[in-house]
Amino acid sequence: MTKAELVERIAAKINLTKKDTERVVNIVFGSIIQSLAGSDKVELRGFGSFRVRARESRDGRNPRTGDKVAIPPKKVPFFKAGKELRELVDGEPPKGGPAVSSSDGSRSAVPRALSGGPEEKPF
Amino acid sequence: MTKIDIINLVADDTGLSKVKAEEAVETIIDTIKDALQEGESVILRRFGSFQVRKKNPRVGRNPKTGQEAPITARKVVRFKAGKHFKEAVNGAPVRFY
Repeated sequence: MTKAELVERIAAKINLTKKDTERVVNIVFGSIIQSLAGSDKVELRGFGSFRVRARESRDGRNPRTGDKVAIPPKKVPFFKAGKELRELVDGEPPKGGPAVSSSDGSRSAVPRALSGGPEEKPF
Repeated sequence: MTKIDIINLVADDTGLSKVKAEEAVETIIDTIKDALQEGESVILRRFGSFQVRKKNPRVGRNPKTGQEAPITARKVVRFKAGKHFKEAVNGAPVRFY
């Protein structure tokens, strides 16, 4: 789905012209960039959060010549999907399933198999 | 910044009512979620792309106890920031709209 398709799908759902819809889409994503550029984070409930992560400087190598080159520290935009989105794309039932014990913590290593998730399918 | 701040920005910039702005912002999010749920990628130039990736099952470890535990195969959302987004967090002027 491209931005044009996103705009079309939204405009079909709500009573807004494509032109206005595109403006709203631009403002939403522009403001997320602006916020992170100012080192602020953006949290969207039910979707996820955008944050800036710092990458330290490191020594790289020019792959052609093998020369060492210093790669300066930099910042990168990072998106973490929220619980609802994670479960949605993974095809888990949103409700009715067993309570998932793993917290919203980053990169939780608590396997679903232990928290009584869906039965493992044979491959 | 949260959803409410974005809704206020949209209302201020477009002259739409708060109610209409909220409906629009929620619909943007829902439409992206629907696409990802179907396994469809969402590609927004300059901003970045959201993609659903399949992860193979692997043996993980509980970092607290050190105990090995199986991690089942799953699908996850991957976001790759666009060029403009990456440049903007490193000090380039924001020129999105």
